[in-house]
Amino acid sequence: MELLLDSLFNGVAIGSVLLVAALGLAIVFGLMGVINLAHGELMMLGAYTTYVTQLIFKLPILKPFYNSYIIVSIFLAFIVSGVVGIILEKTIIRKLYGSPLETLLATWGVSLILQQFVRSVPLAYGTGLVISLIIGLFLPTTFPSKIKESINFKYFKFSSWIFAALTGVLTGSVISSTVSKLSRASARNVDVTAPSWMRGQVEIIGTAFPKTRLMIIVITLISVIAITLFLNQSSWGMRIRAVTQNRQMSDCLGISTEKVDIITFGIGSGLAGVAGVAVSLLGSVGPNVGGNYIVGCFMVVVLGGVGNLLGTVLASFGIGIMTDLIGAGRLLSIWPDMPLPLSNTINFFATTSMARVMIFALIVIFLQFKPTGLFPQKGRMVEN
Amino acid sequence: MRISRRILAGLATASLAVTATSCGGGGTSGSFDDTVTVGILHSLSGTMAISESTLVDTEKMAIEEINAAGGVTVGGKSYKIEYIVEDGASDWPTFAEKSKKLIDQDGVPVVFGGWTSASRKAMLPVYESKDAFLYYPIQYEAQECSNNIFYTGATPNQQSEPATDFMYKRSPAAGGDFFLVGSDYVFPRTSNTITKAQVKQLGGKVVGEDYLPLGNTEVAPIISKIKKALPEGGIIINTLNGDQNVAFFKQIQDAGITPSSGYYVMNYSIAEEEISTIGPEFLEGHYGAWNYMMSIDTPASKKFAKSFKKRWGSDRVVADPQESAYNMVYLWKQAVEDAGTFDDNAVREALVGQTFDAPQGPVEVMPNHHLSQTVRIGQINAEGGFTILEETGVVLPQAWNQKHPSSKGFACDWTDPSKGEKYKL
Repeated sequence: MELLLDSLFNGVAIGSVLLVAALGLAIVFGLMGVINLAHGELMMLGAYTTYVTQLIFKLPILKPFYNSYIIVSIFLAFIVSGVVGIILEKTIIRKLYGSPLETLLATWGVSLILQQFVRSVPLAYGTGLVISLIIGLFLPTTFPSKIKESINFKYFKFSSWIFAALTGVLTGSVISSTVSKLSRASARNVDVTAPSWMRGQVEIIGTAFPKTRLMIIVITLISVIAITLFLNQSSWGMRIRAVTQNRQMSDCLGISTEKVDIITFGIGSGLAGVAGVAVSLLGSVGPNVGGNYIVGCFMVVVLGGVGNLLGTVLASFGIGIMTDLIGAGRLLSIWPDMPLPLSNTINFFATTSMARVMIFALIVIFLQFKPTGLFPQKGRMVEN
Repeated sequence: MRISRRILAGLATASLAVTATSCGGGGTSGSFDDTVTVGILHSLSGTMAISESTLVDTEKMAIEEINAAGGVTVGGKSYKIEYIVEDGASDWPTFAEKSKKLIDQDGVPVVFGGWTSASRKAMLPVYESKDAFLYYPIQYEAQECSNNIFYTGATPNQQSEPATDFMYKRSPAAGGDFFLVGSDYVFPRTSNTITKAQVKQLGGKVVGEDYLPLGNTEVAPIISKIKKALPEGGIIINTLNGDQNVAFFKQIQDAGITPSSGYYVMNYSIAEEEISTIGPEFLEGHYGAWNYMMSIDTPASKKFAKSFKKRWGSDRVVADPQESAYNMVYLWKQAVEDAGTFDDNAVREALVGQTFDAPQGPVEVMPNHHLSQTVRIGQINAEGGFTILEETGVVLPQAWNQKHPSSKGFACDWTDPSKGEKYKL
């Protein structure tokens, strides 16, 4: 019983990291059909946001709230990665809808740019830049509709960008002068330290579980529930589903597909940011942190069936549990006196490297029989 | 002394170097007679840049020190050392390409370079075919002995073997079982093959072994294996690389695998630089084995750390790889002066037998192109340094490991033409 519980927990823990990382991609790639290779770098931005938030919460004014920084950083990471995603959509991806190869190359380029950006720009100014992007994007939308409709709106927009740029430079310099760790560019990996209430273990039914893992499971669960509710209950969610199923028809019926694209991409990117918070709790934060997850993300989405959230959920937990079963050699402890050749085979695959090989092999075999994944997509993507 | 230190700090320009010579007492009158250009080849971009750039800093510092003390004197003429820095870009073929460029185009007599075994393996054929000379400063898995490479880092018998011995006989977990964890590439696998043979000789037991693919940070399966294999605590030998260590130590601490519950980790790739990145709070109480540790309490060690901080900033630390890089520049200088020429073959002959009072203590170049070194075992403390627990005497290097099944009974000797790269003992 204890063994089973332990194994199940481990599988769920590994799976939830995969799931939270793949969730954003399930939306961007699954619903919109955009192959976004910069998804990992949006995760990386989320991880760096956690790091910056952590340092800012160490300042004397915010010190009393230090323990809650991780909660705040989840929201901040969502906004930061979401905004960068929106800019990406507006400037690059929009022009490339319907040409997957070009999108693939362009987003790969973006991922390299983002990696080099965090290496060579001090994080303080990076933060300033992101803040100015957020202000520049959202300030014009808060103007009263009278101004919005006037012909001079472009000047208002322009001046709000100037304001945004100034604010960005200002916050950048303030942060760089108060937090010395953010004032210099560094290619060195940085470290997010979980607040004390999240360190150590907690005991459930006689088995000890690491708290950070539980936290990641909670983050994942909340993200999945929130995104499901959003897609199925809200009016924007309905529009997104409509556009996914039939873009021309939705367009004819008066849904602004352009706006739907921006929102979908923004949410997908924002979720990547949340995933960044989760992975920053496990390892170190560096320019390459997201790149390590991108293959896994695509694997999960493809296995689950492109365009299906339930499929993504099942696929990631399935892969998680399989990784644990194979990689930790669990079958041996469940069935200790199995015949020698079989136990030797299992032992051979019971290392992390070989478990990976085995999982990929199993997925390849599975896709031979169900090439469209667990839950095949119906609708626009199939018709096209 | 005060003046020369201050000068040392700002020593980039030739004019300053000239003034400094009068303090350094190099015996030259004012200026240098000539210059000699050497090559420095490490990754300044890509994954390895974090580690390798510290070597570039150290090598520059050593060259500046030598110049300040009068440069290299060859045949009665004093030479100022100048350097060309090339970027290997964490890409192994680039290392080979840049080596060719340094040898053919720039005509440098020596290249100081490399970090990963993969980069060394890529460069080796270039130096052997052009009969040029590479100085390689990192502790590595050995099982190699080139006539054209000079290795100043530790071989396994100068690091992992004394460390395993210490863990099994004298650590708090003495007599316990071993679990081996490493990144999935040549160094951890070779090192663990040696460790397994050694543990068997000692009468201990290796109860598990796992390798994490480079770049992978999911260590949950490894943790459950460790818990299953070592339920009551034991010895973990860790050869993980770079930031995989961060994931490993964060997660094992959360899973309750800590010194206080009887698990002791011996690390072969964690030096002062890495401790500050991972965070001492995750590492306190675990162990490391190196030839040089910043906490060595000798004037030479303190002077090395102090000049490095003075030159590159007070927040910087020095660690074993940097010390090896520092030593190799000085050893090259001595060999050139003894040979009386920059010519490769004469320098190679003069190099064997050179001794140097390194920050770690005296080192000597052995006929197998490796260094005899002192081995130290340290426990990581809360300040992010090592508390040195044990110090061996000088240990001779084994290019061909005597515990590894494939190289047992072999040795390397380049001073005797009949022996060479690999001969039977």
